[in-house]
Amino acid sequence: MNITYFLTILVSGLKLGSIYAIVAIGYSIVYGILRLINFAHGDIMTIGVYLILVFMNTMGLPLFVCVLLSVALSVGVGLLIERLAYRPLRDATEETTLISSLAVSALLQNVLQIIFSAQRKPFLLPKSISTPMQVGMFKLSVINIATYVVTAVFLVLLYALLKKTKIGAAMRACSENMRAARLMGVNVNRVVMFAFFIGSAMAVVAGLLLAGEYKTVYPSLGFVPGLKAFCAAVVGGIGSLGGAVTGAFVIGVAEILFQGLMPTTMTAYRDAFVFLLMVAVLLLRPNGLFGKNEGGRS
Amino acid sequence: MMLEIKDLTVKYGGITAVDGISLHVDRGEIVALVGANGAGKSTTLLAVSSLVKIASGQICFEEEDVTKLPADAIVRRGLVQVPEGRQIFTKLTVAENLLMGSYVLSDHARAQKNQAFVMELFPILKERAKQSAGTLSGGEQQMLAIGRALMSSPKMLLLDEPSLGLSPILTQQVFDVLKGLKQADVTVLLIEQNAYDALEISDRAYIMETGQITLEGRCEDLLHDERIISAYLGGDL
Amino acid sequence: MKDMGLRKRAVALLDCSLVRFVLFVAVPFLFLVFCGLHPKSYVTGLVSTVGIYIVLASSLNLINGFSGMFSMGHAAFMAIGAYISAFLTLSESVKANECPALPDWLIHTQAPFAVALVAAGAAAALVAVLVSFTIIHTKGHYLSVVTLALIVVIRALIDNNDSITRGSRGLNGIQPLSTIPAVYLVVVVTLFVLYRTIRSAYGRGLISMRDDPVAAQTLGVNLTAKKISSFAISAFFAGLGGALWAHYLTAISGANFYFEKSFDIVEISIIGGMFSLSGAVLGAIFCTVLPEFFAPLENGLHIAGFRLPTFFGLSNIIMAALLVLLIIFHRQGIMGYSEIIVESWFSKETYTALFKKSEYGKVRSALAALFRGT
Repeated sequence: MNITYFLTILVSGLKLGSIYAIVAIGYSIVYGILRLINFAHGDIMTIGVYLILVFMNTMGLPLFVCVLLSVALSVGVGLLIERLAYRPLRDATEETTLISSLAVSALLQNVLQIIFSAQRKPFLLPKSISTPMQVGMFKLSVINIATYVVTAVFLVLLYALLKKTKIGAAMRACSENMRAARLMGVNVNRVVMFAFFIGSAMAVVAGLLLAGEYKTVYPSLGFVPGLKAFCAAVVGGIGSLGGAVTGAFVIGVAEILFQGLMPTTMTAYRDAFVFLLMVAVLLLRPNGLFGKNEGGRS
Repeated sequence: MMLEIKDLTVKYGGITAVDGISLHVDRGEIVALVGANGAGKSTTLLAVSSLVKIASGQICFEEEDVTKLPADAIVRRGLVQVPEGRQIFTKLTVAENLLMGSYVLSDHARAQKNQAFVMELFPILKERAKQSAGTLSGGEQQMLAIGRALMSSPKMLLLDEPSLGLSPILTQQVFDVLKGLKQADVTVLLIEQNAYDALEISDRAYIMETGQITLEGRCEDLLHDERIISAYLGGDL
Repeated sequence: MKDMGLRKRAVALLDCSLVRFVLFVAVPFLFLVFCGLHPKSYVTGLVSTVGIYIVLASSLNLINGFSGMFSMGHAAFMAIGAYISAFLTLSESVKANECPALPDWLIHTQAPFAVALVAAGAAAALVAVLVSFTIIHTKGHYLSVVTLALIVVIRALIDNNDSITRGSRGLNGIQPLSTIPAVYLVVVVTLFVLYRTIRSAYGRGLISMRDDPVAAQTLGVNLTAKKISSFAISAFFAGLGGALWAHYLTAISGANFYFEKSFDIVEISIIGGMFSLSGAVLGAIFCTVLPEFFAPLENGLHIAGFRLPTFFGLSNIIMAALLVLLIIFHRQGIMGYSEIIVESWFSKETYTALFKKSEYGKVRSALAALFRGT
């Protein structure tokens, strides 16, 4: 095998990892605060993509405006879900909230199916940004490059938000000790809503990048990638921003390497491989590959 | 009157933890709530801070009915709790913990001033400002917990077992701080198992047993009360 | 605040054992009436489906409700049972053509349905034991996630072993052996075995493990053994249910045993009440028949000459919404922790207890409060 092939795989692994990272962060910040695995997160991604499609096709607005509108609406959906399906369950066991999130996920997928039908719809980005160009020794399109840039920008912004702002400190405080945070006068519901706001907004962007890659959209588009992003967050150490991001890149690269290097009979086991990796991490290092081994989550 | 609790009852499932108690704290007072483990003291404080659901009764702060207000609204009114077991944010730095203390203040200059005040009160916190709070010793963490509560310029503090797990010297230090607060015009409601110390520094005290208040009075009287001496102060003091 | 009160009053009504008993009698009765009003061809499928779901939901309740481990992996065990049973009952020539990579002895074996069923359950239980180390070392929702991973892995194995399972094209021509008598024989056996299990010393151990694992351990309950064995028993019946399902559908593929299937069973289990076997029965009837009423809406209803648009997926939406509402307002499901069992049907106390003044008073006051609230 030559080095170019390997590097090409690495570049596309990092691309996939970037998308996972944006989704995994959404899982992670919500999990950090509520200990809730929000399986509907992947479906917010799908909703975002459909909305972008609708705005592009019916109004002919520029992509950037479509994305902004879609983010605004999808965030609304995310907040609505939090209010209706998760907030009443604040004192419930974690399995109960898990079921609630799965039910919401099923509900959203079926709503999308009713509105847009189960058929795959083409999702074509403007040629100007989706045509691959020769960049050094790789073929990359504008949207590919944007994936890296957007991820990097998001990470920097989010890091600054968490470390430098009051609401960021409140989010970290809530994820460590919600009760003490309430005693400091933190309105926990507002912090949770903020987490859903960030998570949903980022999910839409991830959905755009993912659908741009697949060139199609269908009601269950986001579900499995969402699950895999969740696996990534677990692998890296869910609840921490750094953990989610590292996990996402590990899973992204590992997945592409698995596909690129394994014999073709094995490549169809890509998804199974990701899930097995997560189970292995849960069993061997419950706080993630890079998390400190304190206490243990299981 | 600063704080007034009327006929407060709190239930956990079928168990009545607090059974129709009434108490009040006047402006500028230090009042102690003394009693054995499980008497319902902590539950009372949590009910005041709106962290547990109240079955019946009323809580008034500065003549305003705050019974139904959420936790953050109560903090905003200047009634702040230093919870049992300190509950500082160990993963945040000392400075960030203090920032969380001033969360309800929108006035940045005021927060700055309060931080300067707290760091003057507890110089160790200034030294350790950039350290993560989990690295502090038990005594330092208690200082941080009290300092954090003072960050929002509270009118009244609720302290739940501030001496828990501290050495006698550190306990003394904490109590000295509480006495200092009185000069700063902060009203205090204090929970202590360490009855003798609590009665020493307080103006008045309530004795709580199995969810009810069985005795109340001025501390100098209680310190000489036969029943208190035999039950809480270790007999022949 | 006012609607909270109303909600509480409505919930209080579900907590009366008289109401539960009436529901437990009324729902199956209405089901029979419903069946009587529809053509036999339509009803047969529905009745079989209900029976199969009773097997699946009650076995899920053993683990989710009684042992306190929340598994989402039933679809995986169903898949194992379904394929094993299919392999054992398909004719030799079909297997030689369609599934050439099967071991020779299996190609040449053709077992009676009963044997195939037991083998299906046993295979599922065996797999459960093999993967049980994962559920011993995880807790809470991570255990659920691990069982979801099992579904993904089994699905990948089915889809990617073309020469055994025919991959995503699926297996066709499975004999339609899941007749109503066969299904309900399995239902009765399943409920009987599960009932004896949870009422035995072993079952009390399970419940104590669910309620307080540490205390159970100090009382000598071997948690590891309990977890593995209950997981395996539950998987055994899931395998049976999967086999019945395969012989009901007669054509199966990996897609029949994916997240949605597990989710459906969990839904039934929670709506009926996962701490009760009667709950599984009630839930299975309820969740199978209720969507039938939405079917006309899904396919585009004709109202006064107008044809409404089709809403394919509407029943899923309604069921999912119902599930969310139920876990918010009445987490323990319809039956809660109570059990309505055949042996008590013949005891006089059952009825005298139900119509005691206190019970009657409870219903009356709950009802009165409910209507006063509105």
